[in-house]
Amino acid sequence: MSGMRRNRIKWPLSRQRTIQLISAALVNGYIAGFQKGRIFTGGTKAVCVPVLNCYSCPGALGACPIGALQTAVGGVKHHFPFYVLGLLMLFGVLLGRAVCGLLCPFGLVQDLLHKIPSPKVRVPKGLDRPARGIKYVVLLVFVILLPAFAVTETRVTPPYFCQYICPAGTLGGGIPLMLADPALRQLAGWLFNWKVLVLVVIAAASVLIHRPFCRYLCPLGAFYALFNRFSFFQMSLDAHKCVGCGACERVCPMAVEVTKDINSPECIRCGACQTACPTGAIAGPLKKQSPR
Amino acid sequence: MRSKRALRYGLLGLSAALIGVGLLRQEHLEVLGKAVRICLECVGIG
Repeated sequence: MSGMRRNRIKWPLSRQRTIQLISAALVNGYIAGFQKGRIFTGGTKAVCVPVLNCYSCPGALGACPIGALQTAVGGVKHHFPFYVLGLLMLFGVLLGRAVCGLLCPFGLVQDLLHKIPSPKVRVPKGLDRPARGIKYVVLLVFVILLPAFAVTETRVTPPYFCQYICPAGTLGGGIPLMLADPALRQLAGWLFNWKVLVLVVIAAASVLIHRPFCRYLCPLGAFYALFNRFSFFQMSLDAHKCVGCGACERVCPMAVEVTKDINSPECIRCGACQTACPTGAIAGPLKKQSPR
Repeated sequence: MRSKRALRYGLLGLSAALIGVGLLRQEHLEVLGKAVRICLECVGIG
């Protein structure tokens, strides 16, 4: 555990933060929804957004890909999800986990929570590495296998990930709708309390650990991680310029071994390593290599 | 490097094909149908 750190928000905002804010505003652009306590019902909701953003968020203009995937797999038809899987693959091949680092509103929330001054925790490698595998289990079990095979009497299976785990749904959908609609508030019971507890635990963990949900639990991050090594958005390290100072690895929010595996499945393309590199040896989507 | 590029474009083509098949099967309407109603499970009502 390192000492108390002050991670102030810098002004002007970094490129990463600017892109994150624009993305959050674009995917949740239906402002009237927050005032009325209703969700958007336009045709753009037939298209999945690349990020984890609940379609029951009053501002959401598109569909959540993880929610849509569970609906396709666990719906009445129980079919192979060509459309949603195709969109997810498209986002994965084009952007990889740049979606997590640059576009995801829940990633932005975790980044901002981590700015709160507190002792910061560096999870030991022996615990961190196996724990990263949990997100693949969440993807396989909660998003695919349970919706596909845990069939109920109605033949429609609930979206297990959304129902029991997803903190983005509670933050973006549950809480704003409950605040705006007294009728919904009356229906809230143990499940809502459970979901708020999950959200609070993840929020508290985000203050101490950088992006714990992205690292250990997010099934969408797990899916995009599969494409990170060959997506169009790649990072590169110029070995001739690298002086091996380790500055990049010290600042990496995802604890990637930058000098050994720069396009690791865990790299979210946030650009922190590029900013920290004293010799400009790292290139990526936000910044090209500096001339020597 | 060349194989990585081939894989990249191959997956891009495959994803476009999957989207096309999904659109022909009108799966986007299923996504729309779910997304325009409040998902009670997602917001914690069940």
